[in-house]
Amino acid sequence: MAKRIDIKGLNLYYGRFHAVDNVTLSIPPRNVTAFIGPSGCGKSTVLRSLNRMHEVIPGATVDGKVLLDGEDIYDAGVDPVEVRRTIGMVFQRPNPFPTMSIRDNVVAGLKLAGVRSKSRLEEVCERSLRGANLWEEVKDRLDRPGGGLSGGQQQRLCIARAIAVQPDVLLMDEPCSALDPISTLAIEDLITELKKDYTIVIVTHNMQQAARVSDMTAFFNLSGVGRPGQLVEADDTEKIFSNPGKKETEDYISGRFG
Amino acid sequence: MTTTTSLDRPAAPQPFQRVSGARKLKDWVATILVGLAFVVAVIPLVWLLVTVITSGYRALMSSAWWTHSLKGVLPEEFAGGVYHAIIGSLLQSLVCAVIAVPVGVLAAIYLVEYGRGRVARMTTFMVDILSGVPSIVAALFIFALWIGTLGFQQSGFAVSLALVLLMLPVVVRSTEEMLRLVPQELREAAYALGVPKWKTIVRIVLPTAMSGIVTGVMLALARVMGETAPVLVLVGYSRSMNFNIFNGNMTSLPLLIYSELNNPTPAGQLRIWGAALTLIILVMSFNLVAVALSRFSAIKTK
Repeated sequence: MAKRIDIKGLNLYYGRFHAVDNVTLSIPPRNVTAFIGPSGCGKSTVLRSLNRMHEVIPGATVDGKVLLDGEDIYDAGVDPVEVRRTIGMVFQRPNPFPTMSIRDNVVAGLKLAGVRSKSRLEEVCERSLRGANLWEEVKDRLDRPGGGLSGGQQQRLCIARAIAVQPDVLLMDEPCSALDPISTLAIEDLITELKKDYTIVIVTHNMQQAARVSDMTAFFNLSGVGRPGQLVEADDTEKIFSNPGKKETEDYISGRFG
Repeated sequence: MTTTTSLDRPAAPQPFQRVSGARKLKDWVATILVGLAFVVAVIPLVWLLVTVITSGYRALMSSAWWTHSLKGVLPEEFAGGVYHAIIGSLLQSLVCAVIAVPVGVLAAIYLVEYGRGRVARMTTFMVDILSGVPSIVAALFIFALWIGTLGFQQSGFAVSLALVLLMLPVVVRSTEEMLRLVPQELREAAYALGVPKWKTIVRIVLPTAMSGIVTGVMLALARVMGETAPVLVLVGYSRSMNFNIFNGNMTSLPLLIYSELNNPTPAGQLRIWGAALTLIILVMSFNLVAVALSRFSAIKTK
């Protein structure tokens, strides 16, 4: 569990549009790495390329390498489905499966992969919900639809669903942007707990959040409208927020942006 | 004293004013127009229903209506029933559905989930053309192909084939709409769990869209049930029961109505209205089943 990721010379395209230019970055295991930067700078695009979700969008292509413990996930022989099983993802808006109960949502990944054993599913369901700090709130209504939960609960349900398949890495694309401050706090606490077992990469627009939860921060920026986004710098979060290496980073963090 | 009076006056002119007369008038005119349009739209419907019910309900009162055919019944005789025509209508439209629904749903899945570029655009274009084909043209085409070129006899199955041509575009279109309504996020959520695309479609996308697809299919089925042109062209009329859709004459409700139009006796009149009412009831019960099924398969949040 918890593998390291090395991004090498990654270029991402939407059709002919060059979205992200030449990113090289190492993400250590059992750490939280935050991607920050202005809208449209390509941080979500980079995140989605880490579990081959980028290519799901028609016309989107990838150039470069993403090594997961030394193994290139873009190697010709690699099955994207296997990659996604190893690298889980939580999205911006909570998206539980509307036709499924809370229990079925949590174990959806296992069930759809063909796991039948009732006792195993029960066990994974409870462990994942406990892992997502949701068990106490939903243990009496596991058969109710997942869509009936509040937004914050739904997002924790999605996290439970993602960790139920026991991935090595957890990617989070602005997981708190649709949530109120209390739910956000619950998710942040959860992230801090989860990093004991997982490599976590989180995209956030909220710099306080990046400062609170992450160990490492990568700052992305655009050199201009219509130009590709690029990685400006990546370092320990403390250093980025107190004494960044580049003026661009300092300007963004202190709000003197643009 | 002057200070107190200034306090009584509002500091600024009132921000909100009363609704002006012109606006009231416009509101009144628009309300009347909309109300009138509603009445105009509803009158023919109610009129039609009342006419059919009052002229035909007596036929439906006799139990023979639902259990007997017209075999051996004289044209002027108040006897017999339309059991054979009900079975004919049901068989022809169900066989049609058995062919059209899988093909239509699979085509829609192709268009929404896989189709890119030329082939998809061609398919959409063809479906659009097919949905504009009048039923008599579909019937003539099946007549030329099935009976003329391939040399089969007229039969209920030939009717079903023509109905497939009419039902297919409706099923493709409605299923396509429903599949497009399924948020992309759900597909991505499934992919991110390491679920292959085909399984995502079968286990996530289709169940999410199921209630809408079922409604579309039932409405399409109700629509083809009343189609008249194919039964006039593609199958012979029979006064007796025929369960074999592949062989022999087979009466459906529209065909029975059409042939009884040649019967000027009061018994014939009653049969026409009775069969019309039966057809309406049949179609309406399909619609009700559609509503019930979509309620049943609808996504619950509580």
